[in-house]
Amino acid sequence: MGFAYRDHTADLAVRAWGATVGEAFAEAARALLGAMVNLDRVRPTELREFSLRAGSLELLLVDWLSALVAEKDTSGLVFSRFCAEVAQDEGEPSLRAAAWGEPLDPPRHEARSEVKGISLLGLRVRAEGTMWIAEYVADV
Amino acid sequence: MDEFDRLEQVSDVEWVLPPHDRMTVPGRIYADRETIEQLRREGSDEAQWSALRQVKHVASMPGIVSAALALPDVHPGYGFPIGGVGAFDLDAGVAVVGGVGFDINCGVRVLRTPLERARIADDIERIGEDLFRSVPAGLGSSGTLRLSVEEIDRVLDEGASYVVRQGYGLPEDLEFAEEGGRMSGADPAAVSALAKQREFKQVGTLGSGNHYLEVQYVERVLDVEAAAAYGLREGQVVVAIHTGSRALGHQIGQDYLKELGAASVRYGLAIPDQEMACAPIRSPEGARYLAAVAAGANCAFANRQMIAHLVRTSLERSCGLDPRDVGAVYDIGHNNAKIEEHDVDGERRRLLVHRKGATRAFGPGREEAPAAYRRVGHPIFVGGTMGTASYIMRGTERGMQLAFGSGIHGAGRALSRKKAAKKYWGDEIVAALRRDGIRVWAHDARGVAEEAPGAYKDVERVVAAAETAGLNRAVARLRPMAVIKG
Repeated sequence: MGFAYRDHTADLAVRAWGATVGEAFAEAARALLGAMVNLDRVRPTELREFSLRAGSLELLLVDWLSALVAEKDTSGLVFSRFCAEVAQDEGEPSLRAAAWGEPLDPPRHEARSEVKGISLLGLRVRAEGTMWIAEYVADV
Repeated sequence: MDEFDRLEQVSDVEWVLPPHDRMTVPGRIYADRETIEQLRREGSDEAQWSALRQVKHVASMPGIVSAALALPDVHPGYGFPIGGVGAFDLDAGVAVVGGVGFDINCGVRVLRTPLERARIADDIERIGEDLFRSVPAGLGSSGTLRLSVEEIDRVLDEGASYVVRQGYGLPEDLEFAEEGGRMSGADPAAVSALAKQREFKQVGTLGSGNHYLEVQYVERVLDVEAAAAYGLREGQVVVAIHTGSRALGHQIGQDYLKELGAASVRYGLAIPDQEMACAPIRSPEGARYLAAVAAGANCAFANRQMIAHLVRTSLERSCGLDPRDVGAVYDIGHNNAKIEEHDVDGERRRLLVHRKGATRAFGPGREEAPAAYRRVGHPIFVGGTMGTASYIMRGTERGMQLAFGSGIHGAGRALSRKKAAKKYWGDEIVAALRRDGIRVWAHDARGVAEEAPGAYKDVERVVAAAETAGLNRAVARLRPMAVIKG
């Protein structure tokens, strides 16, 4: 599992991967927060849990990432560790996830760009061989 | 057939994409050849990330009137291209989320000061430092105003006028703002609780990315009559504030991308890409979205109003200026959808005009402009980069006919953030600009690299194309002295 920032004249384009959809979603989250802060500087002391449901895996990814962006403004938290599970058995896909982090401290966390939103452009969640790939573009 | 092969060149700065496939009107691009060539190179990489394809998408939407337009600073965006303008018939047309974007009513307010560049050049370090400390910027910054839910609703309803009434500004600020700093038709109930919650601490914060606060001076007056009307003269120091509706606007964009995505399906609207999520203007969903956009726009007006107050307070401290002597030239947004009257084929019509990375630019005679500017048309602000010129331009009669009275908003990116960050070092950029007499304060060195002057197109070319096409007229060229980045 892992992630890479793709070169794109759009603001932030990410390709994340993992052995399961959940792992790919967790890596997608790491890439997102990694664009906002230095992940190595964020201590995983506080836990937030997420339970989401959406019409497709792609929209679930958007909801998950948007929820993490919003946390910075609501609880003031930024995260550095993620664990996510995605179920697709019946009806709409759903996600149960946990994120660990701490209140944003801009100088210590080497705060960088704000993320305005998660675009639906270039949004893809798919299996490739034995891996799951999650791709998205964020507006920063 | 490649879309670019269909492009017909009309003049040095005008290109037409004739209707084909689902297009009901042509695409019309006002840009120089170099811009078209760059779009062609970018467009070949990824199908959806092509400004020309995005123009085609806009021209395929229901109820589009005359043409889908792209202005000289056109580049790919989400849904509409940046620099994209689309006007829609109120009965047959749609309200499109990708025609406004995440940063609703992101825009620029310019304040004029009685200061002379020559007089403050030696003091710029102190002046910039005080501004940097006075205006919250960067990720996680919070404003001095802490609002309750009720107060947020008032901001969403009343925009800058609410902030002025709280004592943060001059009453005449409202006269010198688009829509008087308050969009009508805003409905706070159309904005989600999460969006409001995200805004509690953000009124009066600059944000990050390409948002900035700049102390500039008028290097050259290019249109004497308009400059006089705007109260500008050579050597004069002005302050430009570039920011938007912050997290509240972003959340509105995110919420309605989903809501109107579902509405598009319900109304059987075949959308060319998911960012073009839309609903009929007359539908409950469309009306609700526009009421939310107006609320988001008011949040942006309020934000720039609050920052203008902070700037005045800072200049009072650092330069002894009376805040009443720091007047607003104008405040204008560049991501919006508004109902306006326009002449189309000799007929006066009310249309919903989406402008994405494009400003309103009304020419002489329109009553929407402040009375003092009505004879020359209202000003628009064209942001350069932190190392290059910015421009004040104005609307023209020709621009009213060509582009529903729309104007350019900036230089437009030439390099991706990733490439720019690889190519430039923030500290080196800051040092190089300093050698040119430009002081930079930033919360994030990498952000400076991403926003390096070399990462943007040449603003001079964009301005020249807008002038040659007759869309906008240059009034004054400004040079930065102090730059504050989020």
